[in-house]
Amino acid sequence: MKAAAFDYVRASSVDEICRLLAEAGDEERKIIAGGQTLVPLMAMRMARPDMLIDINDVAELAGIDDHGDYVSFGAGTRQRAIERSGIVSGRLPLVAKAVRNVGHQQTRNRGTIGGSIVHGDPSAELPLAALALEATMVLRSTAGETEMALDGFFEAAMVTNIEPDQLLTEIRIPVWQDPRTGTGFHETASRQGDFAIVAAAAQVALADDGTIARAAVSVGGAAPSPVKLHALEAALVGKSADGLDDVIALVDDEIEPDTDVHATADYRRRVTRKLVSRAIADAVTEAGK
Amino acid sequence: MKQVEVTLNVNGKDRTVTIPPRMTLVDCLRDMMRLTGTHVGCEHGICGACSVFLDDEPIRSCLMFAVQAEGHRITTVEGLLNEDGSLSDLQDSFWDCHAMQCGYCTPGMLVASEALLAENPDPTEDDIREAISGNLCRCTGYQQIVEAVQMTAKRRREGAAHG
Repeated sequence: MKAAAFDYVRASSVDEICRLLAEAGDEERKIIAGGQTLVPLMAMRMARPDMLIDINDVAELAGIDDHGDYVSFGAGTRQRAIERSGIVSGRLPLVAKAVRNVGHQQTRNRGTIGGSIVHGDPSAELPLAALALEATMVLRSTAGETEMALDGFFEAAMVTNIEPDQLLTEIRIPVWQDPRTGTGFHETASRQGDFAIVAAAAQVALADDGTIARAAVSVGGAAPSPVKLHALEAALVGKSADGLDDVIALVDDEIEPDTDVHATADYRRRVTRKLVSRAIADAVTEAGK
Repeated sequence: MKQVEVTLNVNGKDRTVTIPPRMTLVDCLRDMMRLTGTHVGCEHGICGACSVFLDDEPIRSCLMFAVQAEGHRITTVEGLLNEDGSLSDLQDSFWDCHAMQCGYCTPGMLVASEALLAENPDPTEDDIREAISGNLCRCTGYQQIVEAVQMTAKRRREGAAHG
């Protein structure tokens, strides 16, 4: 398995990348950062770009910064850097839990948060946590810069709403200021580090009386794209920790699992319900401590 | 096909090769530089046999094009040897524990294990299993590999204590 021939450009600035994308014409030009999704797709000839634009030397596209009400990630920030970041473990514990399930040490050393998002894999962990927390993305092109919500960005499996001339430069993930918050992340996979068959992420904040004041829940592997469970989130508000079973049944209405080589639709449906339940239970327990 | 000239720093030496951009790092190491210690298995990032160090971090050399590695330090399994060419303590422990059968996964296992030990000199069995979770051994000789890493960690701690 060898990739088809392509031209290679090592870019040195965001402006240069945007210009190369804008001048693509009939050519397919793809960004390469970590390459942990793109290179296998190229090896299997499922992707055959005419040009690869390597963004690894562009320093402004990597780094994690705490802005108080949100944390920003340069699109080229390695998964390994997220795993080791004190800002992430302190401010975004849900992201810290999610990244532990991403691939293996060899792939986390190259794979990036931006690559995880723009490829739109239905069961990738970082997009799932970012989606639960209502992340936004900063997209650049020669026409300028726009900020877009992650919710609605995923169209279908491996299909997203990014335009061919746009570069994802930054991901912004909001930090909850609520005093009593907790998080939970559960997944089932064939082996440790494999893509999840189903994954669930939850973050809750508790009111003074111990009921749920705010909830964020998302699932991966239960539909062609990661899903934020809006109806479930709304229904959780005001509930106490025990007796959530009826509410969790609402998950069924918001997912559309498919059968594939790894699992049947029915199995995914049952596992989704169970993992959502566990993620919420963990989050409530942690918030109550 | 268009060729480009690339200079790579491999095991401490600069090597210049002329290659097409589509050549992966593992193919460049093996076919252009004749460093055949690094094995190529699945060619799409599943098996871990092609693991090498890029700077000081383990990566999969089938998931990187060689042109991308210019300006970085690459260390292959050949670079793990002691300076006099003898086997490293980790390699010795693999020998002592029979931590290889067919040997195909061994270079990747050595790189993944060395990366773990550099970061964590006293790993638990779970730490070791997590560190090699991205490396497949089709002989299923995992138990002996775990034991070899434990033996190396113990020898290094004792060596440091007697230092």
